Amino acid sequence: MVKLIILAIDSMLISNIILMKFLGICAYVGVSKKQDTATGMGFAVIFVMVMATLISFFIQKGILEPLNLVYLQTIVFILVIAALVQMLEVTMKKIAPALFDAFGIYLPLITTNCTILGVALLAIQKNFDFIEALVFAFSTGIGYLIAIYIFAGIRERLEWSDIPKPFKGAAIGIITAGLLSLAFFGFNGLVKL
Amino acid sequence: MNILRKIFSGIWTNNPVLILLLGFCPVLAVSTTVIDAIGMSFSALFVLVASNLVISLIRKFTPNKMRIPVFVVIIGSFVTMVDLITYAYFSSLHKSLGVFIPLIVVNCIVFGRAEAFASKNGLLDSLWDGIGMGLGFAFTIVVLAAVREIIGNGTFLGIELFGKSYMPVIIAILPPGAFLTIGLMLGGMNRINIVLNEKKKMKEKAEKEKAKQLKASVANG
Repeated sequence: MVKLIILAIDSMLISNIILMKFLGICAYVGVSKKQDTATGMGFAVIFVMVMATLISFFIQKGILEPLNLVYLQTIVFILVIAALVQMLEVTMKKIAPALFDAFGIYLPLITTNCTILGVALLAIQKNFDFIEALVFAFSTGIGYLIAIYIFAGIRERLEWSDIPKPFKGAAIGIITAGLLSLAFFGFNGLVKL
Repeated sequence: MNILRKIFSGIWTNNPVLILLLGFCPVLAVSTTVIDAIGMSFSALFVLVASNLVISLIRKFTPNKMRIPVFVVIIGSFVTMVDLITYAYFSSLHKSLGVFIPLIVVNCIVFGRAEAFASKNGLLDSLWDGIGMGLGFAFTIVVLAAVREIIGNGTFLGIELFGKSYMPVIIAILPPGAFLTIGLMLGGMNRINIVLNEKKKMKEKAEKEKAKQLKASVANG
């Protein structure tokens, strides 16, 4: 139990997926102009990340490893994630239209978001068992939400400040992310995995 | 000439990372040492060129609705090839690039070029486009890695540059340093382009005035 809590804190704060591991930066810069959209994207990522990690975990242990097909991992995982996102979109539209209105538009973006494939692959590479993979995926998703929410808040304020012309737009955004990453560096050493 | 212009467009005017803002993840993550950056550049260049070629070859028989899964499988196969080849022959590189080799599959640059260029253009054009874009990616990642390695570790390609008394600025090779350095690179590039544009405008203006004066003098004389 203690090990799981440590794993959760580690993947949420210390090795934050965006600020420390650099996964999913494209979407991070793209959809963080407003706090509402950032929250929507964050929740969509948590949801898909947990589903994708679980399904790819079963595929790895149940199909690829017994059949000696591990070299097909990359192709199989990306196809499974693409299919999963498509299916989620269709089911959500039918069963929970309110939920679909809230974050349906972010779903297609998630297919090419490298956080999802990255977490699915990392969970396998780190030899996690089922529960650990679940905790890892969920807390990494929470870490994504925290990072993108704070970043969107800062960016909303940046709109009104006087920035030198060459740094307008993406450049100041990335530097802000750098300072945020520096702040998150303070969590280093909070727990040891 | 045309080829040179295409390659220059990939490196500068349409640089995939600094201008189109695509594919940040590997650029930031694999730029702690120049060697890793070069390894990543070659892997991405290979996948980009190979997938551009194949996608351009089959562009006429791919049904429009099925194109995205088809592209994913093609790109995925080349990425798997790179993954296995680096694992077999360059195992230390494979270790330090880690999860970022399989992640080339979701790299927006590769996918973006397949969708926006190779699926609409001929074989040779796609080849040069792939090379140009790959070199643009390589240029960005190697420059970033050089800056980070020199400042943060005092070495270049593993060779010590400043002697024992140099105190490395460790922040440059830590994650925050990646963001800060590439942010400054983006700003610097924008600044250069702004200055170049202004110069161009001034030149055009001066030429127009000259033409006007010439006209006036012809009319008077």
